Amino acid sequence: MPLELFSQYLFAGITYGIIYAIVAIGFNIIYNTTGIINFAQGEFVMLGGMISISLNSLMPLPLAIVCAVFITMLFGGLLEIVFIRWLESPSVLRMIIITIGLSIVIREVALHIWGDGVRALPYFTGNVVSSVQILGASISPQVLWALAVCSIMVLMLSLFFKFTSLGREMQACASNRLAATLCGINARNMVTFSFMLSAAIGAVAGCVVSPITSTQYDMGTGLAIKGFTVAVLGGLGNSMAAVAAGLLLGIIEAFSVGVGFPLVFQDAIAISILLVILFVRPHGLFGNKEAAGLKEF
Amino acid sequence: MKSMFSGMAAVACAMMLFVAAPASADIKVGAILAETGGASFLGGPEARTIRMQVEEINAAGGINGEKIDLVVKDSAANPQKAISFAKQLIEEEKVIAILGPSTSGESMKLKAICEKSQTILMSCGAAEVIVNPVAKWVFKTPQTDSFAAQKIFMTMNDLGITKIAILAGNTGFGKAGRSQLKKYAPQFHITILEDEVYDKKATDLSAVVAKIKANKDVQAVVNWSIVPAQAIVAKNMRQAGWAVPLFQSHGFGNVKYIEAAGEAAEGIIFPSGRLLAADVLATSHPQKAVLGKYIADYMAKYDGEQASTFGGHGFDAIMILAKAIENAGSSDKAKVRDAIENLSNHAGTGGVYNFSATDHNGLGIDAFEMMTVKNGKFVLYTK
Repeated sequence: MPLELFSQYLFAGITYGIIYAIVAIGFNIIYNTTGIINFAQGEFVMLGGMISISLNSLMPLPLAIVCAVFITMLFGGLLEIVFIRWLESPSVLRMIIITIGLSIVIREVALHIWGDGVRALPYFTGNVVSSVQILGASISPQVLWALAVCSIMVLMLSLFFKFTSLGREMQACASNRLAATLCGINARNMVTFSFMLSAAIGAVAGCVVSPITSTQYDMGTGLAIKGFTVAVLGGLGNSMAAVAAGLLLGIIEAFSVGVGFPLVFQDAIAISILLVILFVRPHGLFGNKEAAGLKEF
Repeated sequence: MKSMFSGMAAVACAMMLFVAAPASADIKVGAILAETGGASFLGGPEARTIRMQVEEINAAGGINGEKIDLVVKDSAANPQKAISFAKQLIEEEKVIAILGPSTSGESMKLKAICEKSQTILMSCGAAEVIVNPVAKWVFKTPQTDSFAAQKIFMTMNDLGITKIAILAGNTGFGKAGRSQLKKYAPQFHITILEDEVYDKKATDLSAVVAKIKANKDVQAVVNWSIVPAQAIVAKNMRQAGWAVPLFQSHGFGNVKYIEAAGEAAEGIIFPSGRLLAADVLATSHPQKAVLGKYIADYMAKYDGEQASTFGGHGFDAIMILAKAIENAGSSDKAKVRDAIENLSNHAGTGGVYNFSATDHNGLGIDAFEMMTVKNGKFVLYTK
């Protein structure tokens, strides 16, 4: 395989991988504080994209993105307050079913608001046909944007969880909710915060990838499945691992095309990997078996 | 509940005694369209168009003095739902005809049901198999995919293109189009070098574009899919700096897709009905008047939403049925069916329809024009 083709596949893989990784990070944050998988995470991505596209006709792009992220964040918090917060010691299964239900409702509401058309934000730099040459491959500058935004986000998240008191309280809830409550941490607020945080991250992702993938009302489901695969592959709850796993899956998918694996089975790769991981290493590639054993789900 | 029903039935009977004699009953027409779900970009405009046209027909006093009573069901492109709605429409509502469904897959499921119950089906699905082999009661309004494929190959012959790559989405539409392309390629002396099928939900196709680009012999790419992949293929090809001509199917005929692909849409070549070329048609063209009126009416009725070729399929379905009822002078379904089969020179949005006992689509290859995208607008393609 010539270098040019190799790097073209590599960057295609990185493009897929980043998108999966950002969705997986959203899963992880909520999983960390609540122990549930929020299947409406893909819908946050869709909402971020859609809202910013609508706002972009009224205001400049950066402002539209900031507003969209903020609105989606409030929406995420509101969802938690209305549908999850008041539940008395809900079972994991019940909460998961609630999030699946919410994802369906959000999707249908989005269909009524924005219709079925495919929309996209303008490219942050250059336009749809511009490309940058790296290692002989032509890549859209938007891929570099996505890569940069994703890296900054992961960095800021790890700083947030390590050095801010709010972040550490959320971590404490994740490790042991009862103990955290005994120390005076309001665990319910932490759950709301986690929904807001992951909604915001989803919305950022939705804005950054919108020029690449376009935004459509039903894009969330597919993203949620891939994001979930990546989150499990990396080890649930570990954001750094999610990035690594995301890139790994993306690159595997891209090269599977290169070696002549039928493109239409691309999704089967992700699902097969998910099954293998669940059978062989349920705590993920980078996860800790003992830590995973303490979790309810 | 039961007593309420019988009470209502009694009242209805009593009312019928008073009114039944002079006025004839309304003509019941059903429609099964994918107003929501994955094919809502088809079913939405179709349903809106059909409602608009029925309103217009009824406001003008109906057909032969009889009004149309339209019952629309939303199948969400789910064949199982389409089947149960069809049974409901046929057995309970006793419709004379069903307009739709929107997709080829659903249409194939309803073909046998309508044939058995002797109900007219005016499908809005594109695949040729809906009317080939011909079923007595089944018709369709969109142009056939085999003509689209041939039209693309004719253009390639003009351009001297002989070696191509095919990309197709894994929907019924994509699969049918791909098999038509493969079937007709040898006739036009065209060799298919690369042939890839991708998932309809694919969000980025740069890897597969890289793969086919690596084959230096490829002179053109044909992509046969629905949204959003149509736009993604175009974007990824241009980003990779690959400038070979990109052909798309007749499913590209919606201004929204140009918006989705932005500058990458420039120069895409595709076959389309004349709806997109309405303003550049000669005034003497038989379709000119009908297209102009439909486009203006639709835009006025639905707040500036642009008419698409898909809404046009719905327009043709209801208008052909209306014309046939008028010609038959009766709403008896057997007579209406015969009238559709005898309909000729009927100008619709999809083309000029000439039905016969062996042709239940009524359109020829001349229903297509080759279009391209220039400065963000659809224009007729010239070499």
